[in-house]
Amino acid sequence: MTEAIGFRAAKQVGSGTALSRRDLLALIGTLAGSAAMYHAMSSLGFASDSTYKGPIKLGGDVGGASVLILGAGLAGMTAALELRKAGYRVQVLECNRRPGGRNWTLRGGDTFTELGGFTQTCEFEQGLYFNPGPWRIPYHHRAVLDYCKRLNVALEPFIQLNHNALLHASSAFGGRPQRIRDIKADFQGQVSELLAKATEQGRLDEAVSSEDREILLEALRSWGALDKNYAYKANLISAGFRGYAKGPGGGLGAAPIAGETIDLSDILKSRLWRYLQNFAVLELQTTMFQPVGGMDMIGKAFAREVGDLIRYDAKVVRIQQDDGGVTVTYVDGKAPAIAQLTKADWCICTIPLSILSQIQIDVGAHMKAAIDAVPYASAVKVGLQFKRRFWEEDEVIYGGISYTDLPIRQIAYPNTGYNRSGRGVLLGAYIIEGSNSYEFTSMPPAERVARAVALGSRIHPQYEDEFENGIAVAWHRVPFTLGCAGYWTEKARAEHYDSLCQTDGRIVLAGEHASYLPAWQEGAVLSSLDAISRLHARVVKM
Amino acid sequence: MIATFLSLISPAALAQNATNSSSVATLSAGFKFAGKSGEELYASVCQGCHMPDGKGATGAGAYPSIAGNETLKARGYMLDVVVNGKRAMPPLGDMMNDDQVAAVVNYVRTHFSNNYRDAVTPADVKAARRP
Repeated sequence: MTEAIGFRAAKQVGSGTALSRRDLLALIGTLAGSAAMYHAMSSLGFASDSTYKGPIKLGGDVGGASVLILGAGLAGMTAALELRKAGYRVQVLECNRRPGGRNWTLRGGDTFTELGGFTQTCEFEQGLYFNPGPWRIPYHHRAVLDYCKRLNVALEPFIQLNHNALLHASSAFGGRPQRIRDIKADFQGQVSELLAKATEQGRLDEAVSSEDREILLEALRSWGALDKNYAYKANLISAGFRGYAKGPGGGLGAAPIAGETIDLSDILKSRLWRYLQNFAVLELQTTMFQPVGGMDMIGKAFAREVGDLIRYDAKVVRIQQDDGGVTVTYVDGKAPAIAQLTKADWCICTIPLSILSQIQIDVGAHMKAAIDAVPYASAVKVGLQFKRRFWEEDEVIYGGISYTDLPIRQIAYPNTGYNRSGRGVLLGAYIIEGSNSYEFTSMPPAERVARAVALGSRIHPQYEDEFENGIAVAWHRVPFTLGCAGYWTEKARAEHYDSLCQTDGRIVLAGEHASYLPAWQEGAVLSSLDAISRLHARVVKM
Repeated sequence: MIATFLSLISPAALAQNATNSSSVATLSAGFKFAGKSGEELYASVCQGCHMPDGKGATGAGAYPSIAGNETLKARGYMLDVVVNGKRAMPPLGDMMNDDQVAAVVNYVRTHFSNNYRDAVTPADVKAARRP
């Protein structure tokens, strides 16, 4: 049925015009509604959920083939795990002295030296931590979740939407942060009121059938917390969504009292409605997860399986291949003047392109051009320890994220250890791209922490009394990535992506940069599974 | 308020900051950089990778030194790199106007042991931008 609609509409587009997939979807969406578009997307081959189809099966005789894997992040360790299981002889080279790569957690006692020589020692209390890289896993990242299951990594919910967290605009509402629930309910309510009014006045009669008209009014009243006159007012109906001036209690004098609503014009001008997308987009929809105890639990779980295959502190400097096999030159961190060689039949290279583009690698011109085509994105995260969990005790914020237009962009509350006395760690800044990310990167770490504290105190004045210590990671200064993640443009993908992912002789690349899920661990894992599938198909055919 | 918290920075770190290059004075308000002078822009953007002393840094990969770097001799080359990016270096020209790009290119080419006096103009920057 959806195809019929699409083709009929296509005839109206203009004879001789080839209808692109995107045009077809847009037409289906317009004519038949977004649910139809979703189904069309699935049948047209767009990824609706993850493309993961379950544990990879690499059958057949590999004939003693050997594989050298460059990088022990999630892409590399996924490849190591599955290839060894399939019978390959596997070796992994990793430049760090630990597994996981960007899958990384900082705890009290950890030290970290960034490019430029600035060293930080994390002073968090035992049991507290901060994830400087990936911090949340969407429910549809099925490969990562499957490995968590198989490797016994315990998960807990990551709270993406906490209605009682804050939205802040420096120059709106006198700089006072607003509760998400207030902005969301008042925006939704007043927009619903406008739509209901337009519907009642017949102004939507061309777009909405008379049958749907009544249902639409009912839906708007329900969704928008409207009264029986389809108005959004400060009353107990809206209070049931946004909250009360005085909440319902017990005993005498317990009746609730509704508070005032925020005028739509003020909400619109504040631009706080932008943040509502963070609670709607697929990538950030609930249910989200985090590993119990830190994101590095995933890397550690992989390393329990394949750690014996990893040579640490090994920095790759040259990647050669010929008909006979692959030869990789590397240096040991403790003896960097001495070039060492290792050989294998095949190579899975998961080195970030920021680094790989500087390494001499024997691949064709198209792949080399692709490796050279991807800039790396800027990102900064700051973890701050406080003497008490004031966000819970004073502000009733349990987990979740507050958003602000201040340079720190976000303050995120721990999604664990709720309702306890004692210390807690906040994510005091999470800046991705834009001027402020570069500016924070250009500061010494202590200044990043100080600025995050100064700025955050405009949202939580308790910072001044309760702040204890902090640590800041700026990804362009991280020695093993030289950036946060590959920053693909549409143009670059069209020109270079397939070239990047092709098998080139005995070498194939993997990593988040070789995926359509940039900066997500799922991208790294899926790319690795695809790379080893293709490699394996080649091997067993030989 | 900032003064209270800046006191938490160790004196050594503050001193290091002062001798190498000016620190980020004011944070920009939007996607693009607000800095006007080449010195400001270097301190808020470039030194993140190329470091306060311009000498770059080496980890698993390296940021090249822009101090006494002979590739800076060809002003068109450095201009192209800043505007359009190169390999892992982002196209920072997307976040600066023509005046700013000219200012930072000219600053780098006349500091950090570089002494190239053939300045680039905002018109040169505009011409270097890809459509």
